[in-house]
Amino acid sequence: MGVTVKLPTQLRDAAGGATSVQVDGGTVGEALEGLYSEHGELRERIADGDGSLRRFVNVYLKGEDIRFLDGLDTAVSDGDEVTILPAVAGG
Amino acid sequence: MPADALKCKECQTTYPLEARFVCERCFGPLEVSYTLSEGDPAALKRRIQAGPHTLWRYADFLPLEGPARSALPTGWTPLVKADRLAERLGLGELYIKNETANPTHSFKDRVVSVALARAKELGFDTLACASTGNLANAVAAHAAAAGMPAYVLIPHDLEEQKVLATGAYGAQIVAVRGNYDDVNRLCTEVSGERPGWAFVNINMRPYYAEGSKTLAFETVEQLGWELPDRIVGPIASGSQFTKIARGFQEFIDAGLVSGSIPVMNGAQALGCSPVATAFAAGTDVCRPVKPDTIAKSLAIGNPADGPYAIELARQTGGAIDSVTDDEIRAGIRLLAETTGIFTETAGGVTIATLAKLAGRGDIGRDERVVAMVTGDGLKTIDAVRGTFEVTEIPASLDAFDEHFAPVGV
Repeated sequence: MGVTVKLPTQLRDAAGGATSVQVDGGTVGEALEGLYSEHGELRERIADGDGSLRRFVNVYLKGEDIRFLDGLDTAVSDGDEVTILPAVAGG
Repeated sequence: MPADALKCKECQTTYPLEARFVCERCFGPLEVSYTLSEGDPAALKRRIQAGPHTLWRYADFLPLEGPARSALPTGWTPLVKADRLAERLGLGELYIKNETANPTHSFKDRVVSVALARAKELGFDTLACASTGNLANAVAAHAAAAGMPAYVLIPHDLEEQKVLATGAYGAQIVAVRGNYDDVNRLCTEVSGERPGWAFVNINMRPYYAEGSKTLAFETVEQLGWELPDRIVGPIASGSQFTKIARGFQEFIDAGLVSGSIPVMNGAQALGCSPVATAFAAGTDVCRPVKPDTIAKSLAIGNPADGPYAIELARQTGGAIDSVTDDEIRAGIRLLAETTGIFTETAGGVTIATLAKLAGRGDIGRDERVVAMVTGDGLKTIDAVRGTFEVTEIPASLDAFDEHFAPVGV
């Protein structure tokens, strides 16, 4: 069944209108790679040239910011939900 | 100085002046950009001076199409010369920008005024926000005055005073089991799914943030059209801090005042100091934290404008410091005892940081300093509990004399 990656409204156009995408992978980083392989345009929107996340992109695993976990190396398992959101909200 | 576009602060991509807050190309924050007017600065100054005693006197610098007004007049708060506090701290010329004088007793009335006015222009029917408390008060009150329904989402453990003062206006309060950053994440998701809702600090954030510039505009005007040398202000997301500087810059660019942006000193609570920590480490990467401080109105562990706040402090020769909860309590008392202004914990953070800078010798005797006191002490009343004694007596003159001997007898 894999991992569900939820997309924010700002990225849905680049994913053919999808609100979420099912991917495989053992870590958050691998799940994102799975996302990029399906929707190539998303890579440059989300990631820097070196593969790390852009500075205004937040990624959450089951509601927890992955920077409090192991970042892109955070392990994921079947049925987990990874959420991508813009970081510039609030205050 | 009409607003012409929303522009990404990172990659400069421009967008129309719609309800959007994030660059679709790089996820950077969007900011309102203006066409600098070529008119006579003296005429502009006269127009401002003839305006209402609210933040709308600066309509030339705000991103609205129509004549700006609001049902709950906001701004033009006192700039109080704080001689006794200055003397206590060994400073020369010190002022307090007293934002407790706003309709809901914090600076948030400014940002909400602008966000609401723009939301109405864009046709939104509901106002909403993610809040640490002060914003909830302001959204609830301004929505009530404008006849709009309001949804405010707050962390479940907020100060009771702030919750009660929000509910009184009839807003729908949603207490989220989590901290502010959880609330913010939820609101970011909700805002994507509720097209008719104007989340003042999410999809309306570029307009909302512009409201904080009026703190700088008023300061300049109240100083007799002069710039201060230094600003000390609180940092939560960093939005207000950066917009104050932007306000000074816009007045300089418009020819209303000459000089340069003041030295910018930011203030955080040690229990939530991701920006101060990054500043001290010489980086602009703010590693998020889980807040643990009495300064709940500043308890944003994942500050959206942190990198820009750090950049600004460095460019102006300022700094970003943090203070302990005990220093915050002492800051509240120090301000109250020397100026008669009772501030909430965020103001305690600012005054404690001011005291720290003074003690460190960072502030020259010849400097003109303005400290931003952004909210009212009645909202965080527990912070002063136990910091003084009450003398209880029977209703008799003898008992009174026993405790308080007559002077000069």
